[in-house]
Amino acid sequence: MLPRGLKRKCSEDEAPAGPLQRQSLLDMSLAKLQLCHMLAEPNLCRSVLIANTVRQIQEEMTQDGSWSLPGPQTAGRSPRDRLVSTEVLCCSAWAGPAPAPDPADLASALQAVPATQVPGAMPGGPWDRAVPGESQGGFPRSLDQVFGTLESQGPGTVEELLSDVGGSYCDLDAVLMGVVGGAKSGPEGLETFASVAAPPRGTGCKADLGELDHVVEILVET
Amino acid sequence: MNYPDEITYGNKADIISTVEFNHTGELLATGDKGGRVVIFQREQESKNQVHRRGEYNVYSTFQSHEPEFDYLKSLEIEEKINKIRWLPQQNAAYFLLSTNDKTVKLWKVSERDKRPEGYNLKDEEGRLRDPATITTLRVPVLRPMDLMVEATPRRVFANAHTYHINSISVNSDYETYMSADDLRINLWNFEITNQSFNIVDIKPANMEELTEVITAAEFHPHHCNTFVYSSSKGTIRLCDMRASALCDRHTKFFEEPEDPSNRSFFSEIISSISDVKFSHSGRCIMTRDYLTVKVWDLNMENRPVETYQVHDYLRSKLCSLYENDCIFDKFECVWNGSDSVIMTGSYNNFFRMFDRNTKRDVTLEASRENSKPRAILKPRKVCVGGKRRKDEISVDSLDFSKKILHTAWHPSENIIAVAATNNLYIFQDKVN
Repeated sequence: MLPRGLKRKCSEDEAPAGPLQRQSLLDMSLAKLQLCHMLAEPNLCRSVLIANTVRQIQEEMTQDGSWSLPGPQTAGRSPRDRLVSTEVLCCSAWAGPAPAPDPADLASALQAVPATQVPGAMPGGPWDRAVPGESQGGFPRSLDQVFGTLESQGPGTVEELLSDVGGSYCDLDAVLMGVVGGAKSGPEGLETFASVAAPPRGTGCKADLGELDHVVEILVET
Repeated sequence: MNYPDEITYGNKADIISTVEFNHTGELLATGDKGGRVVIFQREQESKNQVHRRGEYNVYSTFQSHEPEFDYLKSLEIEEKINKIRWLPQQNAAYFLLSTNDKTVKLWKVSERDKRPEGYNLKDEEGRLRDPATITTLRVPVLRPMDLMVEATPRRVFANAHTYHINSISVNSDYETYMSADDLRINLWNFEITNQSFNIVDIKPANMEELTEVITAAEFHPHHCNTFVYSSSKGTIRLCDMRASALCDRHTKFFEEPEDPSNRSFFSEIISSISDVKFSHSGRCIMTRDYLTVKVWDLNMENRPVETYQVHDYLRSKLCSLYENDCIFDKFECVWNGSDSVIMTGSYNNFFRMFDRNTKRDVTLEASRENSKPRAILKPRKVCVGGKRRKDEISVDSLDFSKKILHTAWHPSENIIAVAATNNLYIFQDKVN
């Protein structure tokens, strides 16, 4: 339960926040969003309000010019990882035709994780769909861990994840298109998939097709 | 107004999540986190104890909702009762709607004080009699028995909400009601459970564009075609169902322009409306956001007519309140029967009342330590800085785990019900 009184971690001053306070608020907000995302069914109102706050901070930081693409200061992460995370967020070409809950989980898990590193692009994951079964094990702290997990368990795991897909992607696309074009009051789940199929509009994506192919290869295991 | 003097309370195993008087004030219903509904009934005033006003005693207890598992999404659906709304009484039985995050139920609460006796084929314990032993026929008669109150579910309105239900509201036509979740509002007919009409849908085609959710909704008390809903951006929309089937375009839009001097990163969060209530007259609406209660005239959309500060001393603490999530607490607000006083809760088990006519306000505390039965409640004061006087409490000593989110006011008398976590307090006006 909450202790008596208030913690003094935050600046109590309500004057326009300096850059340090702004950054700390941004970090806190992103941590809250990640926590939201870990819950089976996040409180939508809370998630929306926090996301709006993050957006507001990012906008102000962009205007100030204090926001820049991640540079060499993020030590400990290889440049390749950062590029990969950008790609995963911005281009959901591979995440699109994935109707089964598990691959969608993976998509949203991957979308949410690198949020701190990508300017402008917001994780659509948190309230796009419920994220079932996220609580087993820990939440992946980095893409490294996610990919690491997949690779160490062998390609079989990925196949299992995507096994419900069946057929070819073309078939799935047709199914999705048919459903969306038809009755508007279809099951909620399919509406969600239709919205996933549209790639999120990421700003400032620097496409590196070579890296994307590499990612797709790992995940799809052709 | 006179200070309340009587206090009755009950211990609940779980946290109370909603409180509601019925239309006569004779009954008071509470819902809790464990899915239970407890109904209190006011004692008839007896001639023997003229100075003792009617107390509320437990009338009926039943399990309204059970935890459920959504197999498609692999999610558990909480049994917590989010809202209870009474239907106006039309016969001897009482009817109420109770809802959790996903399912609304109509409950019938009725009394049984007679039972039939003297069956031919059964004995008094209900065992079948051997027909060969029956030599005479008799007509069963109704005999008095100890009063039994039974609650039966009459309708279950399920599978219509993807998101969490935050409000239900009975229409003045008494034939329909609405249920609102974060993104949609549905209209139901009480007789039909397998179908509902969607009247508001603010879900964007692309969920990533979502920036605003519905936070509360209510029907107009007299005009059955009119309702309002509030949003997380501090706006209220009034809709007329005669205009179109899907009320995506509002008839009126209420929003106060932002005060640039008070702008911060938390401005939007604290403007999010947690409750909206029509006045009994139907001429005004009241909204509650994190720091204030506002009264709006339906004829003036560009600003509220009255604004009351609930706990403005928290304005400089918003960052800490954001960190510990208190900033997301959803407080409710209520009108008294004559729309002259409004009430809402705060932290440290404090609740506030504002007299709209005299402009006086008072802070009271709902706690067992500080109140004895029939004691007069002492007004409380929060010290905002400088020298703290005796009996004042400083902002930093407030207990943020003790929050009063749910309160109710008797429809015609000065009797209030205040839910403080898992305790219910009922306060009445001083006699003479």
